[in-house]
Amino acid sequence: MSPRHTTGKRSHGWMGLHRGHRARPLEWLAEKFIFAVSLSAILVVLLIFLFVAREAAPLLYGRMNSAAVQEVIPVSEFDKLSPAQLQQYLGLTPSELAAMDRATLQSLMEVKVEALAEIPAAFREDPDARINTTQWRYLLRSHQWTDYAKPEFIWQPVGQIKKYNIIPLLIGSLKTTLVGLLFAVPLAVGAAIYVSQLARPRVREVVKPTIEMLSGIPSVVVGFFALLVMATVLQRVFGYQTRLNAFVAGIALGFAVIPVVFSIAEDALTSVPQAYTQAALALGSSKWQAAWQIVLPAALPGVFAATVLGFGRAIGETMIVLMVCSASVMSWNIFDSARSITTTIAAEMAEAVSGGPHYRILFLLGAMLFAVTFVLNLIGDVVMHRLKLQLEGKR
Amino acid sequence: MNYRSPLTLKTLLVKSLVVVATLGMAGSSRADITVKGSDTLVILAQKWAEVYMGKNAGTKIQVTGGGTGTGFAALQNQTTDLCDASRKIKAKEIEACIKAFGKRPTEYKVAIDGLSVFVSADNPLKEISVPQLESIFTGKTRNWKEVGGTDAPITVYSRENSSGTYEFFKEHVLQGKDFAASAQTMPGTAAVLQAVAKDKHGIGYGGAAYGAGAKHLAVKADDSAPAIEPTEANVVGQKYPIWRYLFIYVNPALDKGEVATYLKWIRSDDGQKVVKDVGYFPLPAVLRDK
Repeated sequence: MSPRHTTGKRSHGWMGLHRGHRARPLEWLAEKFIFAVSLSAILVVLLIFLFVAREAAPLLYGRMNSAAVQEVIPVSEFDKLSPAQLQQYLGLTPSELAAMDRATLQSLMEVKVEALAEIPAAFREDPDARINTTQWRYLLRSHQWTDYAKPEFIWQPVGQIKKYNIIPLLIGSLKTTLVGLLFAVPLAVGAAIYVSQLARPRVREVVKPTIEMLSGIPSVVVGFFALLVMATVLQRVFGYQTRLNAFVAGIALGFAVIPVVFSIAEDALTSVPQAYTQAALALGSSKWQAAWQIVLPAALPGVFAATVLGFGRAIGETMIVLMVCSASVMSWNIFDSARSITTTIAAEMAEAVSGGPHYRILFLLGAMLFAVTFVLNLIGDVVMHRLKLQLEGKR
Repeated sequence: MNYRSPLTLKTLLVKSLVVVATLGMAGSSRADITVKGSDTLVILAQKWAEVYMGKNAGTKIQVTGGGTGTGFAALQNQTTDLCDASRKIKAKEIEACIKAFGKRPTEYKVAIDGLSVFVSADNPLKEISVPQLESIFTGKTRNWKEVGGTDAPITVYSRENSSGTYEFFKEHVLQGKDFAASAQTMPGTAAVLQAVAKDKHGIGYGGAAYGAGAKHLAVKADDSAPAIEPTEANVVGQKYPIWRYLFIYVNPALDKGEVATYLKWIRSDDGQKVVKDVGYFPLPAVLRDK
């Protein structure tokens, strides 16, 4: 019997403080402090999500209007407007309205007239110019715009008629991510099996840190390398037409994903008890059979978790995809270009008018991305945790 | 539209910083000018600052890029004195400025830029017309042989939609129509040029200042017009069809003292000489300050 059982059930007290001992005040204080610090991380995650969601919220309530042509009141009717009408028309807060003099308000009204005059005549007559393109049906479904032969999904957020369809961006993100995973997961899992089961200790000591070092390469460097070298080499090998496409971006993403998948899969494989392998070897199986038919199936949930976390890493990666490809093509073909959600946010946020429809939609995309990676990370962690408990025989 | 100006901790912080900075500056005799805006103009703005500071040791000029829209946002938040712009200010931006400081920003034309159309040096094509460009960049024309080149598919390179050059090209060459979805967007004119140099079926556009590395095409205003090279005489003489003014915008309340002197110098013969050195085109004599 282990000594733990002879001492009987031991009280762990609140937050690991044992009632039996007297905690020294300083230790108590230090422990509480560390506890608060660890909580702050959770708090920050929550705050970030709340902020992102708040910025996107007016869009969800349908409060944004992105129609190019809107009703205009001539400046001559300034005196006929009540303060409340004026405030609503010019989009001011009551305190802003109070702070402005007559001339300022009139010049604001002039600008509204100028904004209408700025639109070329051809567009003023266009029925599309009166559409509020931030409605859900224009964000998610195809629409036949003027000049287009058939209904299409278009992301063109800058121009006279702003088209904010997010479907090409979703496809772009998924396309590059899937290519990245298809490339990275077999390599990373293979390497994990080799390192944890087959390699000699000395080889393992070299290979493991080397693969993990991949995660230390800044993604901007990987992107740079992909843009200048890989794009050219891959085009020569595969002979496709578009030099910078989702395939190149996916392979480059693979380099960022490999260390994530490798280290988690390796962790899962290593946590399979030695007894499994030893029993298999004792029954006459080869080392390879033990690894492939005994250890891998036992650790399969861990490999799944590694893949899920790798997916989260890939879909959130910005710099590599941004540098390699960024055309918002509506196509599942991996040899076409792609524009990912992250690329769009990074490239367009700086220029989007704060509080405008474009800005809100970028935040909506950010909130979606956050939700996806959060759920994926949660799934990955839960699966991994359960696997460990299972392998340790606690469940 | 229901924009509410976010008077948050951030704006408060910025404002208090500005107050502190002005208080700090009041003590010294040095004048500091901050310039922010267009990436197209950033090299030129830096050169202007360098030359001007060489002559006026008391003045310190800080130049940053970020894009025309970023510059206007900074002008409106009053975090910059001058805003470089590669396109005219939009009504929406004037509105934001009036809301922020009660006046329209003053506009100065500071240089002329001809937009070049680049193709790979291996491409046998010599000239192209504006309607053909529209057709290529909107995705209607997809093969070089339709515009008189070899039988090969066209790869279109464009700029990010945050760039002023993108908007200018969209409004004036594409007549406001959408770029083809398959157009590859690049983060800068240099990136467009580099991509076109590596892709023998590629076509791209950008400021004339970046001319080295690929070949530019002579442009015809329409199919029957003569083909014009983007040379200084042609661009300044407004013969070359794709050209634009480059602007500096300033809050009229700040347009005095050292800032006004600097703006006057930029538009003088001395300042315009720098424009030429950097590779853009100087203002015609009638638009300069004496």
